[in-house]
Amino acid sequence: MKPLIRIASGQGFWGDLLTAPLQQVKQGPVDYLVLDYLAEVTMSILQKQKRKDPRLGYAKDLIPLLEEILPECVERNIKVITNGGGVNPESCSEAILAVAQKLGISDLKVGVVSGDDILDRVDQFRQQGFELKNMETAEPLAGIRNKLESANVYFGASPIAAALRLGAHIVVTGRTTDTGLTLAPMMYEFGWSEQDWNRLAAGTVAGHILECGGQASGGNFSADWRSVPDLAHIGFPIAEAYPTGEFIITKHAGTGGMVSVQTITEQLVYEIGDPRKYITPDCVADFTSIKLEQSGKDRVKVSGVKGTPATDTYKVSMAYFDGYTAFGTLTYSWPDALEKAKRADEILRARLSDLGLHFEEIRTEFLGYNSCHGPLADSSHETNEVVLRVGVRGTDFDAVERFGKELAPLILTGPPAATGFAGGRPKPKEVISYWPALIPKAALSPRVSINQR
Amino acid sequence: MNIQLRKLCHARSGDKGDTANIGLIALKPEYYPIIQREITAARVQKHFEGVVFGAVERFELPNLGALNFLLHEALGGGGTKSLKNDAQGKTLSAALLRMEIDINDNITL
Repeated sequence: MKPLIRIASGQGFWGDLLTAPLQQVKQGPVDYLVLDYLAEVTMSILQKQKRKDPRLGYAKDLIPLLEEILPECVERNIKVITNGGGVNPESCSEAILAVAQKLGISDLKVGVVSGDDILDRVDQFRQQGFELKNMETAEPLAGIRNKLESANVYFGASPIAAALRLGAHIVVTGRTTDTGLTLAPMMYEFGWSEQDWNRLAAGTVAGHILECGGQASGGNFSADWRSVPDLAHIGFPIAEAYPTGEFIITKHAGTGGMVSVQTITEQLVYEIGDPRKYITPDCVADFTSIKLEQSGKDRVKVSGVKGTPATDTYKVSMAYFDGYTAFGTLTYSWPDALEKAKRADEILRARLSDLGLHFEEIRTEFLGYNSCHGPLADSSHETNEVVLRVGVRGTDFDAVERFGKELAPLILTGPPAATGFAGGRPKPKEVISYWPALIPKAALSPRVSINQR
Repeated sequence: MNIQLRKLCHARSGDKGDTANIGLIALKPEYYPIIQREITAARVQKHFEGVVFGAVERFELPNLGALNFLLHEALGGGGTKSLKNDAQGKTLSAALLRMEIDINDNITL
């Protein structure tokens, strides 16, 4: 058994710094590179791409990235784990093998974890008595069944660890928890059992710290943000993991950003609910057991993590079509910027009303004044300029589109000194809403396979 | 002593559907008992009047010197449905740090 492994976070979301995974591979020692590409909205976008072309439906950014780093990963035995397989991990693995062939790399084994996409099996499950009702509101699925765009089960670390045991150099998955990407190599390398709840919880906490990339190493840091050095070259976080379940969060020497008890604490409390019950498919982690200690410059030791047994259900994330939105903006300058923007909003609403257009919601915000803090905003100073931002949402495409034609006329037919209307009329965008549900683990299994040439 | 929360804490916020969470962290260990005592769920609910339309829940993480708040119905429906500029509640952490509290504790800032 290796005495320690280094797991490097390369992407916190699809659209993150493209240079981060290169930096992780090239600027110091790592054993695993984990890449998280899937936000909840991503799955429905990928389903649409797959419907247009059955070879698509995965994170395309992954392929040019691997083309750049694969030779070095193979040479130094760095394994890559990613959920960038999206709704088509098989095609993703084919594209990776094509790149390997192009680079003259033979014997590459790509592990594929699939079986999470249950869009075609939703009715079958309901016939079997699995209701898939909304776990937050308890509403039945029937109301939105015909509007479903995607339905994916969140798998955990176990199937990824299984792929690694089969000899995979790269593992691509569909909908897997972000934390599972990081926990899996620890389970595999250190031989942790699937009932070793404290260690599984420790690996899960490591995954939670890594899953948002630079947000653990000085990005979006709210304490003394001015003190964070060289954010232009921010080093993404690395978990130096030990067989005991203890780990150290650090980053490569010579990179920017910082790793401190404060930066790690901010990431630990990010997007959590009840801290004693951080539920994943692998275990339930207790965030009130975590001990943090600065063990060196840009090194934070994490220990003491306790876990309890996993639940007997998987979370299912479904997405459904829920109408249209459109947004328009106009900029008003001093003097009386806010008053002018408010008057323009009144005129706009009167015209929408005259047209007989109905929306589920019309929302007006004033950027530069209250779009962040609403009624808590400080109104004691006159704003130099303000951006009027109006959004509408409705099920009638034509009404939402018509709204987009009412913004520009305000420049010549409303209060003075309006500008910033570039880029044409606002266009309707589809609203994709979420439907979280639970399904018993016994109802389905992940599929693990190896794809090689 | 009247003091703004930003002098005692840092914070980070995010979203889960239409629920926002705010992790509120004491800048020094000796500030934690103060925020634990003062920053109740009811007080946060009052602070966010007109912003949060559901309940506010509070959880304690003494090991991290932190409190976690869940703010339900705070994001205009959440996700791509929300018409808010800050649909993910990223700036609600700063909004909480605007809060002013009146304390008699002997602390050094």
